[in-house]
Amino acid sequence: MVPESYYLALSAALFSIGVVGVIIRRNPLVMFMSIELMLNAANLAFVAFGHRLGSNDGQAVVFFVMAVAAAEVAVGLAIIVAIFRLRRRLSVDDLSLMRW
Amino acid sequence: MERVAFALIALIALGSALGLILKRNPIHGALFLVVNLGSVAALYLTLGAEFLAAAQVIVYAGAIMVLFVFAIMVLIPGKEETGPDPRRPLRWAALPAGALLLVQVLVILVGTRGPTPVGSPAPGGVEAIGRLLFTDYLFPFELTSVLLLAAMVGVLLLARRRT
Repeated sequence: MVPESYYLALSAALFSIGVVGVIIRRNPLVMFMSIELMLNAANLAFVAFGHRLGSNDGQAVVFFVMAVAAAEVAVGLAIIVAIFRLRRRLSVDDLSLMRW
Repeated sequence: MERVAFALIALIALGSALGLILKRNPIHGALFLVVNLGSVAALYLTLGAEFLAAAQVIVYAGAIMVLFVFAIMVLIPGKEETGPDPRRPLRWAALPAGALLLVQVLVILVGTRGPTPVGSPAPGGVEAIGRLLFTDYLFPFELTSVLLLAAMVGVLLLARRRT
């Protein structure tokens, strides 16, 4: 029997890798995939906690997270494609229009 | 035996996550992410969440990643990141920042006692999840359909060619 804290540690590591990916990469697609990685790490923590508490609520929440992630990816990729059509380049450094 | 399986899957998950953020070619990153999602699905199986493991493979590794690969192929990136990075010094600050975050999250997640574990795991399986989704979580479940519809309309609007 693997203790749940191992799962939580792995989830923390995956989340941190996702954060580092968002920081060091300039390609919006890769940043997006890093965000997916972070969502997955959070899902893993949800399932691990649900397992520890002996309830299925964690799994239900993960189901909703998956639905939100699907909607988010669809809209986000559409935005990226629209920006690419406008600028013909793909780097977040160019997108400083709304920067303060 | 279970620990060996967990260690193996965890190593695959960590390695593929690192591959995602370190490979310069986004296609390689996407394929690494598929491996990572698959290993997380295997972890769900070890936690007794069969429904989520199946949904993970179908929704994430299937639908979402196909969308990603499609977008990558359409946008033909890869040339943008080959040149010298104008902010290289800033990138090296990401590693200590990430390590600091990892330590913090570890202290919070693993260090604190957390909820007391319950002896017997819940009767998992697809039936229990379905019952939960259609009783306690019925309203959020219905809201999900509105969310997906809104996303669909939004994508159609964004993808429309300006005339």
